[in-house]
Amino acid sequence: MHARADAADTAPNWPDDIFATLQRFDVRQVPYVPDAGHSRLIQCVLDSSTMRGIPLTTEEEGVALLAGAWAGGQRGVLLMQSSGVGNCINMLSLIPILRFPFLTLVTMRGEWGEFNPWQVPMGSTTQGVFELSGVKVLRASNAAEVPAVLEAAAAQAYNALTPTAVLLSQRLIGAKVFTK
Amino acid sequence: MSKANLLDRRQVVSALLADRKDVVAIGGLGASTNDMCAAGDHARNFYLWGGMGGAAMIGLGLALAQPKLPVLVITGDGEMLMGMGSLATIGLQMPPNLSIAVLDNEAYGETGGQTSHTSAAADLVGIAKSCGIADSQAVTTMAEVEAFAKAVHDVSAGPRFANVKIDSASLERILPSRDGTYILNRIRGDLGFQPI
Repeated sequence: MHARADAADTAPNWPDDIFATLQRFDVRQVPYVPDAGHSRLIQCVLDSSTMRGIPLTTEEEGVALLAGAWAGGQRGVLLMQSSGVGNCINMLSLIPILRFPFLTLVTMRGEWGEFNPWQVPMGSTTQGVFELSGVKVLRASNAAEVPAVLEAAAAQAYNALTPTAVLLSQRLIGAKVFTK
Repeated sequence: MSKANLLDRRQVVSALLADRKDVVAIGGLGASTNDMCAAGDHARNFYLWGGMGGAAMIGLGLALAQPKLPVLVITGDGEMLMGMGSLATIGLQMPPNLSIAVLDNEAYGETGGQTSHTSAAADLVGIAKSCGIADSQAVTTMAEVEAFAKAVHDVSAGPRFANVKIDSASLERILPSRDGTYILNRIRGDLGFQPI
């Protein structure tokens, strides 16, 4: 396997930028379903003394968890990949009903150089699913824009209670390639 | 028809909340949330009217945010079955202040009484146990309910899980508020948090 990304083979820094922003916004609970694109950020969270990484069995658990966290006074962020967004749909209804701060960071599959056709249907509808569910969508397509996008997303999610999803594009992460 | 040896759901929930002190209680979608209201409305009652399968996870988020507060999830067998994976998630986090009580009538009471998986196959106590929640028990008597209610206040020894077999009688609906923002902010206010 190798990655089809714009960047060279050096470890990317954008996950560290994300982590720093989340720290600054006092994010405490970080539910996640693992994704290769999130692996460095997840490791930062698990190594952190202020954030709690919470592995989920399915992504919708994370939406409900964030509602409970806010009832108890804590902010959280849900990490998942695009295929998990569909798993969340009914639970997303809690967000406008309860009005808690909702931020999710979604690593994209099924776009930019995707080799696996099975990822394409959900990857293609990810943005639409969020928008139909009342979640605003921001996108980061390259490492340079990650800090500004994250800052804007966290600010509107936590300060203005605007439910927000950041799509971390496959171009940023690098497409998985198992084929020759 | 209800069997004679099964517990009455309203009596069970009343006993769970009788001496609640600082407990925050989450009522799962369905009759459980009504039972909580029937036991007496309270600023720390988190009534769910949707988000089926999410009650235990809301409990986990709250329990992790407020580790000194007892958090009690009261939900039904159908709601718990839909969120079965959350038992594995809770088993990994092991929040010592979280308790879950399932009111198990082996049926989907809100939708016409169709039988649920617990009537013949699924053993929620076994599932909770095998997910790492060692303190998981099948409850069949009011004495056991009262002992569980007492244990809820021990915020150092959870998580704990109880599956309470109740009868399937349909009771008069006691409806709590349906305004989610009000319900959530009332809890936050009672815990001392300001509006944003």
